[in-house]
Amino acid sequence: MRDDMTYLEAIREALREEMARDERVFLLGEDIAAYGGVYKVTDGFLDAFGPERVVDTPISENAIIGAATGAALMGMRPVAEIQFADFIACAFDPLVNMASTIHYRWGQPVPMVVRMPAGATWAGAGPFHSQSMEAWFAQVPGLKVVMPHTPADAKGLLLAAIRDPNPVIFLEQKYLYRRLKGPVPEGDDAVPLGVAAVARAGRDATVVAYGTMAHKSLLAAELLAADGVDIEVIDLRTIVPWDRETVLASVAKTGRAMVVYEAHRTAGFGAEIAAEIAEFAFTELDAPVARLAGLDTPIPAHPTLEAAYLPDEHAIVAALRELVGW
Amino acid sequence: MPLTSDERYQLYHYMRQSRAIEDAAWALAGQGRLVGRLYTGHGQEAVPVGCAFALTDGDVIAPMYRDMGAHLVRGIRPVEVFAQYMGKRDSSNGGTDSGLHMGDMARGIVGMISVLPDSLPVTVGAALAFKLRHEPRVAMTFFGEGSTSTGAWHEALNMAAVLKVPAVLVCENNHWALSTPTEREYAAGAIADRAVGYGMPGVRVDGNDVEAVYEAASAAVARARIGEGPTLIECVTFRMRGHSIIDAAEYVPPAQREAWAARDPIARQYERLVADQLWDESRDAALVEALRAEIDAAIDVAAAMDDPLASTVTHGVFAATDRATTRLPAAALAELTPNGYPDAFRAPRPLPAGPPLAPAGGVGASVVSPADEADHA
Repeated sequence: MRDDMTYLEAIREALREEMARDERVFLLGEDIAAYGGVYKVTDGFLDAFGPERVVDTPISENAIIGAATGAALMGMRPVAEIQFADFIACAFDPLVNMASTIHYRWGQPVPMVVRMPAGATWAGAGPFHSQSMEAWFAQVPGLKVVMPHTPADAKGLLLAAIRDPNPVIFLEQKYLYRRLKGPVPEGDDAVPLGVAAVARAGRDATVVAYGTMAHKSLLAAELLAADGVDIEVIDLRTIVPWDRETVLASVAKTGRAMVVYEAHRTAGFGAEIAAEIAEFAFTELDAPVARLAGLDTPIPAHPTLEAAYLPDEHAIVAALRELVGW
Repeated sequence: MPLTSDERYQLYHYMRQSRAIEDAAWALAGQGRLVGRLYTGHGQEAVPVGCAFALTDGDVIAPMYRDMGAHLVRGIRPVEVFAQYMGKRDSSNGGTDSGLHMGDMARGIVGMISVLPDSLPVTVGAALAFKLRHEPRVAMTFFGEGSTSTGAWHEALNMAAVLKVPAVLVCENNHWALSTPTEREYAAGAIADRAVGYGMPGVRVDGNDVEAVYEAASAAVARARIGEGPTLIECVTFRMRGHSIIDAAEYVPPAQREAWAARDPIARQYERLVADQLWDESRDAALVEALRAEIDAAIDVAAAMDDPLASTVTHGVFAATDRATTRLPAAALAELTPNGYPDAFRAPRPLPAGPPLAPAGGVGASVVSPADEADHA
């Protein structure tokens, strides 16, 4: 166990260990080999594994995803990197029409991972380098969607994603890449997909979040703890499949629920979680299910505007005070 | 290597079989007996047959719905086609999809989707896997000239050339993308000429001459197999029927259709075999009869197969998470061949048997008997 590994280092370690362990695993993407990726996640991989395991491609998101699909069908375990998650829009078609439907249509597994740095940075990354697109893919049967929050989960969930026989969308939180450090276990224990974590136990209300918003929700819970408000934070970890049981059990315990996500509010994945809570835990609720999310605007570049777009720990605190006092 | 007499006959046989199956399917569709809409390759048979014939076991194709012949060359049997067309439970798609969207890794067939150019990047990825594993295998895909107008097509050609993968990219230029004629599809000259822009060879061939198609494909396959990279082949042909069965194609000028009817690929190969004294009218009549019997039996067997159950509609959205999810695959790796794919991949592909001038009955040896079909069912 290392105590202070960054989120980014944990991802790098998962990739390095899994490539060493399984010769079917290879990487493809833009600027990932000699350059090491724009965030340097694969820095040094070219030297360690050679050009046949770390394949630089032209700027061709559509062909990257299609090629990963073809290689997966031939028995490889490709891990594609999309330089910024926003650019996956260029490759929507091969994911939603091809990769996701193959097993349902003719029974062949498609073991591939699409890694993408996603989310806002509070640093003015702007409309095309800030988006969170978990809801886009949660709507597509046949795709799994993962959005880790802690360094330990970033490693363990990536191991599980690579070993999964299905296409997995792995949304890395670039805000957390170098900001968040934490303990990361040695070795190759995967964190199973579809199992949420109770990131903080509490009595007064449940917050359901994932990725950067799980981090912000924990900060908010600590601020409220000083006032004697005891918040439970569920870190969903996996969007598809998502862990309804853990969420519903928590809501049954606290009687209050708030969903926090940084994607646009309307039709975001938090809307699905809120709907499920309202439908299946209605009699447990002491207050309406609350939602706190990004605005229904493009994500603006100027830090003042970006901050106005994004929920942060202070906004979460304010919303939770309202929920607890309802 | 030049074609043997046997092989020249086999090319003819597959084209004949392809058209006979599609004629029968057309009739069944008209009777409402098929699931989904029917698309056929009438008039284009030389392309999928000639190209797929240039491959060998272990190679992979990503065909489209006009490529019945490629499926047959890879070993798909008529009963499988009709079961698939009828959406039967035990067909390739089991009713989850329709038409020629069948996939079968044992015979190296990547199942198509309705977005036809999507097969190109997938083919590049399959070929990339072969290259990374140093396997002498080739991936081949088929697409219409319509696909060449899309971004996926461009990205795939460029990536194939840059990564120098063993892929063969076959354009079936049938002159019509649904109702859009070629002059409304692209302003450039021959599609094969575009290859130079990607840094790969481009070849233009008479797509209604099955032996010419085979020669072009063979050369491209040979290049790919020895590591010289991809080739774009433009096969110039014609779609003799509508885009699908509900398209009467009244927009096609009659003179254009007639000109291409005179170049029918099956008639041309027939005449060539006859001229070379490899075939004759009476044997041809026997072949037609044998194919009809084979297809009738296949339809009967397929029709008697079970339909899918509504209770299974949610099955198979995800592949079951395997043992490897939590811990690694030492055991899983051991189950694979050194090349990383199962032995079943090398399943032999049955060829139409018998020398072309075998006594009556020789040709019939390729016909699957009803009893065999029952085994499949």
